[in-house]
Amino acid sequence: MKATREAYGEALLELGRINNQVVALDADLSKSTKTSLFAKEFPERFFNVGIAEQNLIGIAAGLSLAGFVPYASTFAIFATGRAWEQIRNTVAYPSLNVKICASHAGITVGEDGASHQSIEDIALMSVIPNMTVLVPADPIETKSMVNWAFKHKGPVYIRLGRMGVPDVLPKDYSFDTKPYVIKKGKKIVIFATGIMLWKCLEAIELLKNYNIEPTLVNVSCIKPFPEDLIVKIAKEHDIVFTAEEHNVINGLGSMVASTLSRNYPMKISFIGINDRFGTSGKPNDLLSYYGLDPNSIKERLLSWGV
Amino acid sequence: MDDLHLRERAVNIRESIIKMITAAKSGHPGGSLSGVEILVSLFFGGVMNYDPKNPQLETRDRFFLSKGHAAPLLYSTLAEAGYFDKSGLVTLRQLNSPFQGHPDMRKLPGIEASTGSLGQGLSISVGCALGLRLKGFNSHVFTLLGDGELEEGQIWEAAMAASHFKLDNLTAIVDRNKLQIDGFTEEVMSIEPLNEKWLSFGWNVVELNGHSFEELIPALQRAKGRSDKKPLVIIAHTIKGRGVSFMENVCDFHGKAPSEEQAKVAYSEIRECDVH
Repeated sequence: MKATREAYGEALLELGRINNQVVALDADLSKSTKTSLFAKEFPERFFNVGIAEQNLIGIAAGLSLAGFVPYASTFAIFATGRAWEQIRNTVAYPSLNVKICASHAGITVGEDGASHQSIEDIALMSVIPNMTVLVPADPIETKSMVNWAFKHKGPVYIRLGRMGVPDVLPKDYSFDTKPYVIKKGKKIVIFATGIMLWKCLEAIELLKNYNIEPTLVNVSCIKPFPEDLIVKIAKEHDIVFTAEEHNVINGLGSMVASTLSRNYPMKISFIGINDRFGTSGKPNDLLSYYGLDPNSIKERLLSWGV
Repeated sequence: MDDLHLRERAVNIRESIIKMITAAKSGHPGGSLSGVEILVSLFFGGVMNYDPKNPQLETRDRFFLSKGHAAPLLYSTLAEAGYFDKSGLVTLRQLNSPFQGHPDMRKLPGIEASTGSLGQGLSISVGCALGLRLKGFNSHVFTLLGDGELEEGQIWEAAMAASHFKLDNLTAIVDRNKLQIDGFTEEVMSIEPLNEKWLSFGWNVVELNGHSFEELIPALQRAKGRSDKKPLVIIAHTIKGRGVSFMENVCDFHGKAPSEEQAKVAYSEIRECDVH
């Protein structure tokens, strides 16, 4: 078990060893976002800007203009909330080569509660033109994404979590923006993103005795959204579910709905945060409280015309 | 530097500013006219190292227009410097024109960042100055800030960072024309005491007449090649709408275009204007 933020910290350090154009920035949360690993080995290429997220993004933009590839990190709510307009105008509008890798996304932040639990960052980043929005499912995918983002020219947002996640994707998995079918089933398809891939896998285990075998798809590239493949996979099924640790408004579910409504209208059931703020609690308790734990997912699948 | 030559540049740039804003029937003349001598000094006063034929030269000095609404000033100056032809300037703010209402770095050479949303240029400059220093270049970063813009909190985040990172390759210039859209800065939201604010943030401060080449050029030349481990701010006292009598210190001309008749008067006044 390893949090995607930890995998990020390790991947960034490895990337920094290979490429001296890589610089990292943080806003006084380097120990939490794990940019501290990079900072320790490359202090001259690490910039802690203090508790100043707007400045974080602006300085990252300036470093990219000087020819570096900046990875800027803080908590997701502060990166995408506090500094949204800096990301829009200074980074995304001229399509600067800035990577925003924000941790502590979703409710599994845990005890810190609603002020620190970002349930709207996918929406906030997806609505900005030129932006690429990625949500890794596990440590394996996180590492692959960090490297993919380096090769991709332009702004990238990577959504990272605090809670430990097991490796759910194959060891040789390589991120390429395409949806990845992790379990091939029939009738039902679940499009899941982030840690919900793991939770859906657990839910599918619970469904074994019910003779239900859903297809489970990892959708880690929210933008540009892989529309053709989503439609193709949906067509092979009767029922569509989406699962995300994010507000059901304007996250993965909305992207799937928008795509299918234009290409192949189907009924969709959305698993996510139902337009509510988070709250304090242990991560696993919160997943149950918001209906995102394996058992709740199982019940949702059972209750919807299977 | 030949003073007559500089004055001619300033006249040309002021004419271009009026011409393009009049043609667009919208734009920001006041804050464009107040910054003319500052940009002429940077680009033609032997201060900045740049090459219009090689606008991406890595070791060039950088100029960031943080007060992006003064786009006509930047466009006119870059055209005067030879980055592009002056003939396109009159397409300002029109559909498909590279001369966007606020600068778009992807549409024209010589524009170092897309600005317009106030308060962000100093952070960009800090990042760029850090990057240039990390590369081992002696390049200098100059940034023009509006005085009203200093009301943005992000400016002070960046000011704190510039001094923390000991950026002596960064010089900010405040176009202190004392007006913002809704009135005098000191009435809308007072920014004084400005000198003391920057000093307390760890910057060196120089105050001067922002329309005097005699004061601007030596100060800007001295700003380069410092090794005092501190960023420098030049508070340039200017007159909003400088060079056109009916625009000078008139708040309304922050973001209003002159009529064709007013433009004619403006051209003749600009030719007669004594910039000292």
